Amino acid sequence: MSRPEDLLPPDLFYNDTESAKYTTSSRIRQIQASMTHRALELLDLRQPAFVLDCGCGSGLSGEILSQQGHTWVGMDISPSMLDIALQRQQTRPEQTMRTRNGHTNGNHELNGSDELDDNEDEDDDDDNDDDEEDQMEEDLTSSTLGPDGDLMLLDLGQGLPFRPGSFDAAISISALQWLCNIESTHNPTQQTAESRLRRFFDTLYVALKRGGKAVIQFYPRNETQRKMISSAAVRAGFGAGLLEDDGGTKNVKYYLVLSVGGGDITGVVRGMDNVDVEDGRAIREARGGLKGTPKKGSKAWVMSKKEKMKAKGKVVKGDSKYTARSRGPKF
Amino acid sequence: MKLLTVNFLTCAVKTCKTSSESYPLHFRDAQLEQNPQTFNPLFIRNILSRLDWSALTTTANELGLTAMLPDHNPADDMMVDSEGATEEEKNRAKDNVISEEVLKKLHTFLVDTAVIEGKLVCGNCGFEYPIKEGVGNFLLPPHLV
Repeated sequence: MSRPEDLLPPDLFYNDTESAKYTTSSRIRQIQASMTHRALELLDLRQPAFVLDCGCGSGLSGEILSQQGHTWVGMDISPSMLDIALQRQQTRPEQTMRTRNGHTNGNHELNGSDELDDNEDEDDDDDNDDDEEDQMEEDLTSSTLGPDGDLMLLDLGQGLPFRPGSFDAAISISALQWLCNIESTHNPTQQTAESRLRRFFDTLYVALKRGGKAVIQFYPRNETQRKMISSAAVRAGFGAGLLEDDGGTKNVKYYLVLSVGGGDITGVVRGMDNVDVEDGRAIREARGGLKGTPKKGSKAWVMSKKEKMKAKGKVVKGDSKYTARSRGPKF
Repeated sequence: MKLLTVNFLTCAVKTCKTSSESYPLHFRDAQLEQNPQTFNPLFIRNILSRLDWSALTTTANELGLTAMLPDHNPADDMMVDSEGATEEEKNRAKDNVISEEVLKKLHTFLVDTAVIEGKLVCGNCGFEYPIKEGVGNFLLPPHLV
């Protein structure tokens, strides 16, 4: 699987042609839509909310936020993507009319120029998602339409310029893996991926209100990258959990669910079907009993001490079956 | 940029984070546009308590839109000092729901009104963030990152 992150920095990769390709491909639109719906399900927003969309691209995810009646602010590093987002917003009144007329196929009709539909050769980060189930069945017609999103040109790795407690929630769909490659044109000092991620998560933590939640969907390259992203979030103070959809298959999707104010994140998936909770804390605790220094006074501890002393060249009594055995009662 | 978003924006420069001058950002050469959006009274009501009213007033002054804005946050009317307030006063505050009219007015100011061309200037470092076609450019040059 080729990864577009390897080719060019995001602002150069998503040039006019690539952005248009991305936005008009019905397959990508469908995958993005289903992931956004999943993220919204995890956020569980009961009221019209003020939502931040990190890496909004051409506003595919924002469109769904609007449909659900939320107000959103989107940010992206690619000017071409934002340009398309603007064009889409300007033509939106007509689009919503069309969505209302026949909404079952909504994601195919939204854009007039779908000639790239059947282009299967795109090397995109979504390449492994061919058999995605259609989750667009939800009723989009009845909901009140939220306003257009506000767009900003911004590098997530430079941090978010918001005052504390601004947003109810944040989503990010297929964006964070871009932050892991440091060859960005806006990163001339070559800051490490860790420091850019830390900057992002720290400022995101501040920008969310207390009790706010963030769902971040991303495509980690490998285990190391997945851990790097989740640990950066935990270090910023978030209560974090990683939801794996279609785990073990090539369609696997990772959703990092974050909550401000820490606490138990497992409540998010309570009541959802087909979700197993694997509590990392319990696992770590169980493992902690085996690893690390042995308990003081135990046989293992005495043996390790003797070993250490021997290594220092000291005279140590030989080991026997009586070593570290407690003496029995005297009488 | 909607005026709602601008109320939450501060300067992106790291050294400005600690300065009180960096918020709110000031408009320069702003060109306004009215773009009617779906009115959602529930959202406006939810966001009211989070708005910084003095910053909002500053913005309104700079854009010459003071007439569109009430002189204090309507959400403040809803809150009564927990100490010293009689039961009757508390009840009155509960009944005192913000009228649709006020919300509509706020919606026009916060969501419908947007700055499409111009600059946002930080009061502390003086850095100018350009706005083009309604999209704010918050990319920082290397020496400020």
